[in-house]
Amino acid sequence: MHVNLDDRRYRTKAALLSALCIGLGQLYNRQYWKGFFWMVIAQLFFWTYYPIAIKGIAGLITLGDVPTRIIKGKVVQGDHSIFLLINGLITLVIILVFLGMYILNIVDAKRNGAIRDEGGQVLGFLASLKKAKFRNFPYLLLLPATFFVLFVTVMPLVFNVLIAFTNYSAPDHIPDRSLVDWIGFASFYDLFTQEAWRSTFVGIAVWNIIWATVSTVTVFFGGLILALMVNHPRVRFKKFWRTAFILPWAVPQFISILVFRVLLNGSFGPVNDLIVKLGFSPVPWLSDPTMAKVSIILVNLWFSTPFLMALMSGVLTTMPRDLYEAAEVDGASWRQKFTRITLPLVLLATAPILIMQFAFNFNNFNLIYLLTDGNPNQPDYFYAGSTDILISWIFKMTLNQSQFNMASAVSIIMFILIAGFSLWNYKRMKSNQEEDWV
Amino acid sequence: MSKLRSNLVVIGIYIVFIVLLITTLYPMIWVVGTSLNPGNTLLVSKMFPDNPSLVHYVELLRNTDFMLWFGNTVKIAVANAFLSTILVAMTAYAFSRFRFKGRQQGLMTLLVLQMFPGFLSIMAIFVLLLQTKLLDTHLGLILIYVGGSISMGTWVMKGHFDTIPRSLEEAAFIDGASNKDAFFRIILPLSLPSITFVALNSFITPFMDFILPQIVLRSSEKMTLAQGLYSMVANETNSSFTVFAAGAVLVALPITLLYMYFQKYLIHGMTAGADKG
Repeated sequence: MHVNLDDRRYRTKAALLSALCIGLGQLYNRQYWKGFFWMVIAQLFFWTYYPIAIKGIAGLITLGDVPTRIIKGKVVQGDHSIFLLINGLITLVIILVFLGMYILNIVDAKRNGAIRDEGGQVLGFLASLKKAKFRNFPYLLLLPATFFVLFVTVMPLVFNVLIAFTNYSAPDHIPDRSLVDWIGFASFYDLFTQEAWRSTFVGIAVWNIIWATVSTVTVFFGGLILALMVNHPRVRFKKFWRTAFILPWAVPQFISILVFRVLLNGSFGPVNDLIVKLGFSPVPWLSDPTMAKVSIILVNLWFSTPFLMALMSGVLTTMPRDLYEAAEVDGASWRQKFTRITLPLVLLATAPILIMQFAFNFNNFNLIYLLTDGNPNQPDYFYAGSTDILISWIFKMTLNQSQFNMASAVSIIMFILIAGFSLWNYKRMKSNQEEDWV
Repeated sequence: MSKLRSNLVVIGIYIVFIVLLITTLYPMIWVVGTSLNPGNTLLVSKMFPDNPSLVHYVELLRNTDFMLWFGNTVKIAVANAFLSTILVAMTAYAFSRFRFKGRQQGLMTLLVLQMFPGFLSIMAIFVLLLQTKLLDTHLGLILIYVGGSISMGTWVMKGHFDTIPRSLEEAAFIDGASNKDAFFRIILPLSLPSITFVALNSFITPFMDFILPQIVLRSSEKMTLAQGLYSMVANETNSSFTVFAAGAVLVALPITLLYMYFQKYLIHGMTAGADKG
């Protein structure tokens, strides 16, 4: 026993006791009910969950070692690797929650010990419960959302990353017929070194970037030119034109894409019908690889321009008139006014939206899948057609071909691309804002 | 000279406008015309049929699963709108009105999650639903929609809650109101536009979305409208284009009207979220 009172005595001892056994520090702080509850719950939790947790972690490491096999003509179920993987993940989450509780328990013991160090009175059970309820109200509000985000967004993301490092794919590694194993970076290695995978990946990625860039640029200039024309001082019935041109924007996109799929059909589509009637040869809108890509860009132009036009009209009305007047005094030509004043100002105002458009188009699954389904066929590609973009390729690998590990490897590379892009964009926006505030 | 040039410019603009008007309206008129055309094949169908009839609409409602798809979609949409709005409101209220440990980090996490399109993890969602027996159920689809709507909706709604002065609630607290009262009597009525925005957005999503239903729902009696309409034109050999046209009109018309009617709310909601983000 210390004779000299160390003024940190209670808090240190309480924290140490709680670290030793959950609830012990609270008992030492004479919060008997609280300590008792902490202790009983922790012990119950630990001893029932401990064996399951060990099994879960073991399963996560081995992904199962008993394959399904046939003994005396009967099928004997083996381990299911993917179940083991998911269970292992859930186990990890629960262990993290338990660790959180453990740390909370130490912090609580230490805080109450500190109150005693300073000669204060620790709160009784009911009083501390009341205080906890008051202080933790926002956490209570956030609980359901956290649960959803954890299981619907974060868990799939982690799971997705993990799958990329296994050989989970058809035909040889599909549970519960056979086992799945960890294979490290082999999927990524194959993606970049095996000729068929590499040419598919590079081909699709290049087209994906070209598509996203061209679609953003064409829609930008389409919208700008249309807005400039509608806002031309001598054009009459402005409201009528605006309403007419905005219509494609309000029609649900998947419907207009499906309508174009029928309109542009090579053999009985009305557009080719019309072209033939006019005496020209039919255009292979969706059946020729290059023409299909052009069609995709044109269809996108059809339903994205109206939105940009509406946006640009708004921007154009806020343009400072005195700039143009000054330019006119200086004898600037129409072209000079456009490239020196209008274009930079519009670009500045619409830059965030253009970047959003780029990111959206980069992953515009609906347009590709509904318009061409990735076709026409491209014999050199693995599980993809010539108009497929990365996201529709992942979709096909997952749903039709069960190439789960390769699909998730590709999606991780996409993650990195998009994350880098968003981060760069976020930083740029932030620096922009700061400039504005100065 | 300059007068002549100006006239030429205006004439040029009108010519461009008329060409654009034709290309803009052609697909829409084509769909409506085809849906009213009594014939069955596209080759004989005319944009302006001589004797329009509603035969394809009757066929659509009688002989296809259109009503079933419609019912499924409405069910998913209502459930999603309801759950999403409640969750988003709770989350946004916590982030707007309370200062607690981890608040900054929580907001940042939501922002980062919002940047990743949810369907990037289609592969994981597919396998997870498969293993949890939620594949091919509406519940599975609803859960994914709700989870996905939280991050964006929270930022929008929090931005709106932030604009409501705290003094209003403080006055209510002095009068003995609880947090619950403050939320339901003060915050909720004052932030109706952003609540409408979140609810409407999550209501429309299942009508417009194609990829997630296609992943989750496999059997034909569980399909949504987008899937059903796609299945009508996906097959090149079938001749249900005319029936598809009728379906497209029936889906596009209400959504287009809904969109135009609520445009104000939508734009307001977006700007409110963006301003205060």
